[in-house]
Amino acid sequence: MTDATLGSASSVDTIQSAYMAQVQRRRLYGGITLLLFVALMVSGFNIADARNAGGFWDGIANIGAYPADVLSEAWEKRADLPALIVKYAPALMETINIAAVSTLIGTAGGIILSLLGTRGLARWPRLIPVFRRFSDIMRAVPEIVIALVLIFVLGGGPIPAVIAISIHTAGALAKMFSEVAENADLKPVEGLASTGATWAQRMWLGIIPQVAPNYLSYALLRFEINIRASAILGFVGAGGIGYELRNAMAWGPGRFDEAAAIFVLLFGTIVLFDQISSRYRNRLTEGANA
Amino acid sequence: MLEIHSLTKRFGPNTAVDNATFVVDRPMMIGVIGSSGAGKSTMLRMLNRLSDPTEGQILFEGKDVTALKGAAKREWHSRCAMIFQQFNLVPRLDVVSNVLHGTLNRRSTMATMFNLFPQEDIHKAIEILDRLGIAEHGPKRAEALSGGQQQRVAIARALMQDPSIILADEPIASLDPMNAQIVMEALRRIHEEDGRMVIANLHTLDTARRYCDRVIGMRHGRIVFDGTPEQLTTGIAREIYGAGADFSEAATSTEIETLDKSGSQSLEIA
Repeated sequence: MTDATLGSASSVDTIQSAYMAQVQRRRLYGGITLLLFVALMVSGFNIADARNAGGFWDGIANIGAYPADVLSEAWEKRADLPALIVKYAPALMETINIAAVSTLIGTAGGIILSLLGTRGLARWPRLIPVFRRFSDIMRAVPEIVIALVLIFVLGGGPIPAVIAISIHTAGALAKMFSEVAENADLKPVEGLASTGATWAQRMWLGIIPQVAPNYLSYALLRFEINIRASAILGFVGAGGIGYELRNAMAWGPGRFDEAAAIFVLLFGTIVLFDQISSRYRNRLTEGANA
Repeated sequence: MLEIHSLTKRFGPNTAVDNATFVVDRPMMIGVIGSSGAGKSTMLRMLNRLSDPTEGQILFEGKDVTALKGAAKREWHSRCAMIFQQFNLVPRLDVVSNVLHGTLNRRSTMATMFNLFPQEDIHKAIEILDRLGIAEHGPKRAEALSGGQQQRVAIARALMQDPSIILADEPIASLDPMNAQIVMEALRRIHEEDGRMVIANLHTLDTARRYCDRVIGMRHGRIVFDGTPEQLTTGIAREIYGAGADFSEAATSTEIETLDKSGSQSLEIA
């Protein structure tokens, strides 16, 4: 018994020192990583600051100047604000319409691409990589690049914006939809296949009912994102409230009240749609009672 | 030492624990038995304050545990260690780190993030693991261990807390008979050698008889039996489980020896 205790005591010692050595090694690696990270962050910041035209530390004091100008001018002309909000409401509607239409088109495209690119569901299993890379490319190209090209070709207006956002939405949603569809139960699909249903019928009746709540939830999230995207595309001439905002800001002092009105509209809309869609998405994921 | 006064827990219209009252005057090993849904787990979770009682009071050494909040409540968690049916370890971390989690109540979040446990704690953790016979698994990931070994890691984590009470919620329900025996013997040894109070929910009668000094029987959230294992007759056991005359202890036994003595009513009291 004493031998056994002695034996276990010495083996505990070895285990302890071996584990301590392991801990020390891990701490050393962790410390080096942390040091490298800090060094890279500091040097990166210094390089960026040196290349910056104005310099970060010189400019940071002025960070409040522009908002202060806008706010003070808007405050002076606050009586005009309601009228300006009414004036720009149609432009806001255009922005929301662009977002809604492109979300609808993008969702439809995303569903088709995702089903064609999901293992176990695809119509042509060998073409899965093709459809996947296709959707990768669609979501890799920023909306604003597509929009700039299309505006150059088609001229300004909402159509280039709709096409640009739709392409990006289809690519982004195809990825998310495909992950949801991978987890879907394949038994209903097999059952439908045994009745002689076509691929589209099998997907429509076997998969879509299973994944619809998740798809809808992702599509709503995308709608929120697309409202912002469509406002930004206005800056490059795609119409809507972004276009008006750019004009108001480019004019400089004198039309800051209009800029303020547009900010109010834009901010209010985004908050409103975020709230509506997050409430609805919660209901979809947690059930109607929650 | 530990006093529980009319402890009640309601979930909506359902009463999980109904007016439970008992007093423990010295550290002992207590087995709580009853069919599933009798409120055993809920009672244990309330003792640890993982869930809050609807009514009633828990007093430990004269201090009202039910009134604790924030840091004081977390300090109570650390004095009242919990062992779970599914072990509840962090699977991807190594065994020693899992045991060191027993000291988290004394560690700052910053020190935890950088994994800075003091050397004496690391040594102590390995000694505890050695006491439970699994020191050689220390550097392995917790998920690489068998169920019985993982449960012993969980016991080691509990011991690392240096607790006054160890609560075990069905500690052997997911283990095979051999590992169940090792784990129960470990709990019994902790009680005998360290003088810690152990309260274990058990789903088999013979385990309660064999390892516990006192047995509490629950049915529909009420305590219907509180006494020594000797007082727990087959008639009372039938009452606790709401079973008919065909109820036999051997049918639910997880002990290997029961196979030899099944049919006879011999009771082994360790």
